Amino acid sequence: MSDHEKEPMFSAKSLKFFTAPLADNNPITVQVLGICSALAVTVKLKPAIVMALSVVIVTAVSNLVISAMRKYIPDRIRIIVQLVVIATMVILVDQLLKAYMFDVSKQLSVFVGLIITNCIIMGRLEAFAMANKPWPSFIDGLGNGAGYGLILIVVAFTRELFGSGTIYGYPVMEKIGAFRIGYENNGMIILPPMALILVGLIIWFHRSRNKTLIEKN
Amino acid sequence: MEHYLNIFIKSIFIDNMIFAFFLGMCSYLAVSKTVKTAMGLGIAVIFVILITVPINFLVEKYILSKGALVWLGEGFSDVDLSFLTFMVFIAVIAAIVQLVEMIVEKFSPSLYNSLGIFLPLIAVNCAILGAALFMQEREYENVLEATVFGVGSGVGWMLAIVGLAAIREKMRYSNVPAPLRGLGITFILTGLMAIAFMGFMGIKL
Repeated sequence: MSDHEKEPMFSAKSLKFFTAPLADNNPITVQVLGICSALAVTVKLKPAIVMALSVVIVTAVSNLVISAMRKYIPDRIRIIVQLVVIATMVILVDQLLKAYMFDVSKQLSVFVGLIITNCIIMGRLEAFAMANKPWPSFIDGLGNGAGYGLILIVVAFTRELFGSGTIYGYPVMEKIGAFRIGYENNGMIILPPMALILVGLIIWFHRSRNKTLIEKN
Repeated sequence: MEHYLNIFIKSIFIDNMIFAFFLGMCSYLAVSKTVKTAMGLGIAVIFVILITVPINFLVEKYILSKGALVWLGEGFSDVDLSFLTFMVFIAVIAAIVQLVEMIVEKFSPSLYNSLGIFLPLIAVNCAILGAALFMQEREYENVLEATVFGVGSGVGWMLAIVGLAAIREKMRYSNVPAPLRGLGITFILTGLMAIAFMGFMGIKL
């Protein structure tokens, strides 16, 4: 799932900033951040991918900007400064979506705006960008956005495949003839509760593969 | 009157912030270990929504939306500031949270201490911004409608977090499979609660 085209630019250390959030330090299943705006957009694959890309861009760029400014931001007003930077990025993304992908923008409705309060972004700004150089911060933002997007896409893939019988709008179940042998789309999967249960199951799977993540209590 | 009651009930049960839209999940998952703290956070959220939604409604209606600035003079009749919505809403929310924090600290130190860190964290609670954005999207007609919707959303959020906290207190005595402990089982619990809440969807208001 990871896509780093510019491989040579990544030293082994900065590559780690990118890969850690994809699995062992995943923002959703391990750090428990940013579930807020995530699950409602996972009924279909297309809005989920758009949402994932938006979050990757916003996280990476605002990490970069805040990290570049970190020595000049007074400590007391840093939250406001961070919010303004994030809000600016989100407004840009929102306007771009409205201009070029209007139908998806309608489907995402308020959830693009809610990227502002996505705790992943604030969390990464506070924990990483305020203390690190711009380039690692940028990679860290990319990685955390991608880790979030990964979960989003897995959930959306499952829900679209079993809920509507399609993948990215392509009617897979119909083409392989599943309906003729008595298969039915599961309407339950499309409803909101199943997104929560699916994430629960992903966490279960993830933690049974990686025992160090199991919570004590 | 009945109309407002309908909006209220609808925003608590049918369009519940957590079970239908997954808003405010971060603090919902993090602060639901005991009923007492969950209750405190719930009240703080209701309080902040109660203040921010009407203010954001007025800001939207008289400053941001297209042609809203007409009260300044004829020349402003086609000014459209709606692209600034996110920035203004979040600024209003952050400012109000700061203000509420200072007021509570001055007049009720005991409440301030019991809310602790949750009060400043509310600024980045998605449920608050979510309420403002839904208020905008659903195009409520006047301040009262918007306020009733906001309070209903807040009450719904509190209901959810207090319910989950109560279940989690009981869960301590259950034998949950090790990899599911903590976060995993909480997600599944929330899913089951959401299924229960879906029963309300049949209500026609």
